[in-house]
Formats: sequence, structure tokens, C-alpha cells
Amino acid sequence: MLPVSNYLYLSLALFIIGVIGVLTRRNVIIILMSIELILNAVNINLMAFSRMWGSVDGQIFAIFIITDAAAEAAVGLGIIIAFFRNRPTVLADEMDLLKW
Amino acid sequence: MMLDSIIFYFFATLAVVSAIMMVTRRNAVHSAVYLITALLATAGIFLQLQAEFLFVVQIILYVGGIMVLFVFVIMLVNLDVAVRQMKFNRQSWVAGLLALVLGALVFVVYRKGGGAFNLMAPPVTTLQPNAEQVGTVLFQKYFLPFEIASILLLVAMIGAVVMAKRKI
Repeated sequence: MLPVSNYLYLSLALFIIGVIGVLTRRNVIIILMSIELILNAVNINLMAFSRMWGSVDGQIFAIFIITDAAAEAAVGLGIIIAFFRNRPTVLADEMDLLKW
Repeated sequence: MMLDSIIFYFFATLAVVSAIMMVTRRNAVHSAVYLITALLATAGIFLQLQAEFLFVVQIILYVGGIMVLFVFVIMLVNLDVAVRQMKFNRQSWVAGLLALVLGALVFVVYRKGGGAFNLMAPPVTTLQPNAEQVGTVLFQKYFLPFEIASILLLVAMIGAVVMAKRKI
């Protein structure tokens, strides 16, 4: 097995790319996809430590994270569809109905 | 050992490159395709870490389920206008810079403090009958969280239906 630090660096790279995507893009759908990328990076970390300690508990946590990601994607995309029906835009900085 | 690192670097490069492409593409459909590539590469990493069950779950659930949902919503939401508009928002320079600073900080912490956590340690035991071990632990030790997760999925399903329905 390769040292765990390799997997940690890979996970860090994916996490930072996801954070950059969330903070800089304007399209809401791409922001949601970046969140999926962040959750995936966390899963790599959990899996690497699970392999390192020889226990499957980390993989169980990863299963729960995938469940959360599915729930979050379903609700988030539902909100986008509901918003798009009222106001035809997908850009995050034009969604300012609650701002005055 | 050699084959191990070849596989790791192949999948890692694929994942990072397609993640960067995902964040920088203008068209959301292209972003979705690159995200699928990144998720498949991550599934390869899982397989290398002896997590066969999670490898299958990743492909079926992420690539087969969540990404289909994303592509459907991209088709529903009209993107002809968005393709011609600015990709990045106004604070993107500051935000990207701060994210890179955060990444550099964590990198330095891994570099300097990695020795304290014995990250080079060889694995203690094998995870080999993987689906069997995962099932045993999931249904004995983590049975209550498993049931709570099912309630979470039910609530999310109802929430998504209520949100996306035209008239309730």
C-alpha cells in the first residue's frame, strides 16, 4: 500500500478545487456539483484512514456521506426547479429575492 | 508496489484534471460530464484502497443516480442565456486566492505534522471480504444511524417532490 499521505494530498487537491468552484462560479448547478466534489474528497480521506487502521468503520461513514449527498442533491435541485419557475435565472448572484 | 503507484497516479491525475475542467467549463453539461469522470476516477481510488463495496456504491449511486438527476435538471433549466454570460462572479479573485491559501495551509500542516501521526504505517489487517465486513458492521454497530439515514432519505424525497411540484 502507498503511504496514506498520498491519498491525503489527492483529497486536499480535490477539496480545494471544489471550494474554488463553490466560491467563484455563478451557475447554481455547477455550485451544487462542486459540493458533490467536496464530499467525494472527504470520502477519499475516510477510505484511506479505514485502510490504514484496518477497520471498516470509515467505509460506513462514507456510506452515510453518500446518503447525505444524495439527499442534498435531490432537495437542492428541487429548489432550483422551484426557483426557476418563478424567476428564469440560474445565476447565484441574481437570486436576491430576500435581499433589500 | 510499482503497479500500485502507477494505478494511484493514473487515477489521481484523472480525478484532479477532470475536477479542474469541471470548475472551469462554461457549459453546465460539459461540467457534468467532467464530474462523472472525476467520480469514476475516485471509484478507482476506492478499489485500490480495498473498498470494493464503496466502489460499486459510488458507481451505481453517484454516476448512475445523482449525475442523471443533475443532467435532467440541466436539461429542464434553460441554459442558452447562461452560456453567454460571465462564468465567474465578481469576488472570484479574492475567493480563489483565499481558497488557495487554505489549501497551502493544510498542505504545510500535512508536511510538517505528518510524522506525528505515523502516516507511513503499514496497514494492520486486511479488509478483504469487504462487502461482508461492511454489512456486519453496518447492521450491528451502526444499526441506529442506518435507520436514521432511511428517515433522512424519506424526508429528502418528500421535500424534493414538494419543491418540484407545480401545484400542491
